[in-house]
Amino acid sequence: MYVAVKGGERAIDNAHAFLAEERRGDPAVAELSTAQIREQLRLSVNRVMAEGSLYDPDLAALAIKQARGDLIEAVFLLRAYRTTLPRFGASRPVETARMACTRRISATFKDAPGGQILGPTFDYTHRLLDFKLAAEGALPPAAPTAPVPTSDLPHITGFLNRDGLIQSETAYDDIPPDLTREPMELPASRALRLQALTRGDEGFILSLAYSTQRGYGRTHAFVGELRIGTVAVEMDIPELGFAVEIGEVELTECETVNQFAGSKTEPPQFTRGYGLTFGQTERKAIAMSLVDRALRWKELGEDDSGAPAQDEEFVLMHADNVQATGFLEHIKLPHYVDFQSELELIRKLRAEALTAIGAARQEAAE
Amino acid sequence: MTEPSRRDWMGLLARACADRLAALMPDEPEAAFLRPPEIGTVMVRGRIGATGAAFNLGEMTVTRCSLRLATGEVGHAHVQGRSRDHARRAALVDALMQSPRAADVQTRILAPLAEAETAARSLRAAKAAATRVEFFTMVRGEDK
Repeated sequence: MYVAVKGGERAIDNAHAFLAEERRGDPAVAELSTAQIREQLRLSVNRVMAEGSLYDPDLAALAIKQARGDLIEAVFLLRAYRTTLPRFGASRPVETARMACTRRISATFKDAPGGQILGPTFDYTHRLLDFKLAAEGALPPAAPTAPVPTSDLPHITGFLNRDGLIQSETAYDDIPPDLTREPMELPASRALRLQALTRGDEGFILSLAYSTQRGYGRTHAFVGELRIGTVAVEMDIPELGFAVEIGEVELTECETVNQFAGSKTEPPQFTRGYGLTFGQTERKAIAMSLVDRALRWKELGEDDSGAPAQDEEFVLMHADNVQATGFLEHIKLPHYVDFQSELELIRKLRAEALTAIGAARQEAAE
Repeated sequence: MTEPSRRDWMGLLARACADRLAALMPDEPEAAFLRPPEIGTVMVRGRIGATGAAFNLGEMTVTRCSLRLATGEVGHAHVQGRSRDHARRAALVDALMQSPRAADVQTRILAPLAEAETAARSLRAAKAAATRVEFFTMVRGEDK
């Protein structure tokens, strides 16, 4: 148990001054601007927005600078700022079918209508350090362009859906549960699980997803489709009586296609896992869709193999890195009173034990 | 070109770059705030499996503003981000678009914003299109 302590004000002030100086680093090196972070460390910015659960690239860049690049600390800062703002309402569900895609690939259909668009990806790079980047200066040449086909990019699962080969998702517009407003209750609906997963720690979600691939709650996932791009955000404005676009956000969406042998009530068909995350965050979106699918075992009448990724309570209660950090790191705060009582207890127990041992030895000697 | 609807121009103003809008509006008409610019958030929702039930994805920052021009027209704005100036200017343009100055505002402010947005979107789409691939499945021994 943590018991409040007093004192140390000067030491704390000095520690913060030291922190500010260390954050700045060598003054002979130019200071990093938040605009530079926003533009050139965009994937860090995206991760902080996704796990901070707040889409604002400028704020995320500031949080990263303040946190000295510690992304979980930056997520914490963003979450804390978020709580100071009023919430005006909720958007209409975004239409990812109308996404302006910069990337769209399918691992299941090579001839996907609309084509496969690689976009700005690390895939197919050699993962060799590029020392040219260590030398500052030259702008990269402009990326090549090509005529844009006029056809839209329909969701790939839609094709399987037509033949009834994949389980379909029915639209309804009930107000979804919100874990930022009410404490999470278990068992959780799929909507609540997805909210927890999309803001969950990328490393944790990745490891869980990986565990399902290695056999702990295996779901045989294929990436049916992965798309990245911007979507419009629309909200109903009461003063106007109609919906308007209030902006646009970049999202990553992953739909997995999974084997399903059928059950007593369902014929064999493919099932789906779903991932949707803020920014270009594809590792997270893919991992999210695998974990989403693993958590659906009960609804699909599958066996509980006891795998961690199938355990809703285990997944949802440990996915949030701000909560986890808070509880983990509080043990470094002064626990003097607690520890003092433990110290006394252990002294007493030792004294009793030593007396007993001494008595036993004496008995043996006699 | 079809007549722009209020929905269209409000969306355009919400998505516009705040600095670009400021540059296009050197003079502002007199107006009284009905609701001074206020920063808040909107919960962005998605759909399970893209087509299913709604779920909460995360929030985005939004600044809103309502005002009335000296000539009586009321303008509203909800714009992405945390710029109070952006929200105020967007509300002013919304009000002006309901005034006799609409045609002028359309030409001088909205048209350049729309043009810049279309150009930026087309360029990004063209760069993405240049990365379009055709994958071929290699013929394997057993297929022969």
